[in-house]
Amino acid sequence: MVTSQTKERPDAGVETQLESAVSVKNITKNYGAVEALRDMSLEFPRGQLTSLLGPSGCGKTTLLKIIAGLLEPTSGEVLVNGKTVTDPGPDRAFVFQDFALLPWATVLKNVAFGLQMRGVAASEREDKAAKYIKDVGLAGFEKSYPHELSGGMRQRVGLARALSVDADVLLMDEPFSAVDEQTRRKFQEDLLNLVQHENKTFIFVTHSIEEAVYVSDQIAILLPRPSRVSEIIRPSSFRNKGVENIRRDSEYLDIVDDIWASLRTYVE
Amino acid sequence: MYLFGYRLPGMSSLVIWALLWEIVGRADLTFFVPPLSEVIATLFEIIRTPAFQKALGETAYAFFAGVFFAVVIGITVGILMGKNRLMDELLLPWVNVFLSAPLTALVPVLMVLFGFGMKSIIITTCLFAVWIIILNSRAGVKQINRSLVEMAHCFGASPMDAFFRIYFWAALPEILGGVRIGIIRAVKGVIIGQLLISIVGFGALFELYSANFLMGHFWAVLIVLFALAFTISEFLAYLERRVAYYAAKR
Repeated sequence: MVTSQTKERPDAGVETQLESAVSVKNITKNYGAVEALRDMSLEFPRGQLTSLLGPSGCGKTTLLKIIAGLLEPTSGEVLVNGKTVTDPGPDRAFVFQDFALLPWATVLKNVAFGLQMRGVAASEREDKAAKYIKDVGLAGFEKSYPHELSGGMRQRVGLARALSVDADVLLMDEPFSAVDEQTRRKFQEDLLNLVQHENKTFIFVTHSIEEAVYVSDQIAILLPRPSRVSEIIRPSSFRNKGVENIRRDSEYLDIVDDIWASLRTYVE
Repeated sequence: MYLFGYRLPGMSSLVIWALLWEIVGRADLTFFVPPLSEVIATLFEIIRTPAFQKALGETAYAFFAGVFFAVVIGITVGILMGKNRLMDELLLPWVNVFLSAPLTALVPVLMVLFGFGMKSIIITTCLFAVWIIILNSRAGVKQINRSLVEMAHCFGASPMDAFFRIYFWAALPEILGGVRIGIIRAVKGVIIGQLLISIVGFGALFELYSANFLMGHFWAVLIVLFALAFTISEFLAYLERRVAYYAAKR
């Protein structure tokens, strides 16, 4: 039984009372003759977490990298806080699937890297980095090297680095796919806390339906060939019931089932 | 290695070879091999002579100048080739040609171009060392994890920042390997340069001793040279081990 979720066509516009932090307008991306994204439009409400969910090859990572400014769209534009994106900028920070840590640098130096690139003085950036290392639960590991940490801890370093630059928009590319199941659950709970307490906009790429439904305020389902937004789902009732109750909420279970029903034909 | 329950220090096997040399020398089989003890005695004798010290100074100067240019040019060009497709296409065939070319044959050309002096010797040394450094730096950059480059770009790194804080460090294990091999080649280059271009430095000493059949002197200088080259190479191997902690985990 589908109760309170709202389904809308992507082009009809997301609920108008929500201000968009990021707007994707008619993005097309071609790699030579291959069409990776076709005329894609999507709004990302400020202060919320939006998931990009879809089977592999649907262009979700491509879209994320275009928003990051790492890839240039063939046509269309991305607006972040009303400004057109041409390059990576201080308004966005990225969390990588493979963590992208500097293996020759300590945790402290890794977390401070973003601040260093922004020209923050050494003592100030190390103080700030130390604070975020503590926030993500890695106090005591400041002098460790990435290869001495577990996968989950490494991603915490990547997260601390992204948080430390205090960007408005956090772009996360399958951030938990390389960590084990239990660590991943902890991460998901921590992420919900982050969304609640940090006034940031999160754009979260995942291929896990359960993960998307669990953490998202809004889920954009992307379908391949040609890549398009097939529907936008906004879970409404279980978000405030506490992290431990979400997975047995009936709306949660219904949405997971619905998404699987619409995706299953696209899985080889 | 253990012998009768005692741990032998590294390179203990050299003792056996030294003994063998001594025996062959004392057996007087050939004038070419004087006993090692005699060579060592000669070594300490000539080390104090101004001729030797001048040769050492000249050789060291040419060697370090050549290696310096080879390292700076080699690393820079190698990283740029690894980063830039066009540079790579343009330069790679030449680097491969020069790497395997018999560079000794080029030395006469260098003499014509740069004269019969220190300049030509330095260039010869540099030429012997630079190609392998280029190739290794390039290989180091080629294997860099793409997401590190994207990460640097994302967090606003300038091209200079990316070069010095990402590419250089990511390629450092390969770069050091290249520099170590390059330096071994540079030892060849500096001696060949000294022998062919102008008879100076150790080249002049080799020429002098072998022409006068002073084999003890000849071997003494050779031992000094081998020891210097080996020490430098070992020092670089030590530096390589210092970065090994991340070499396997990039």
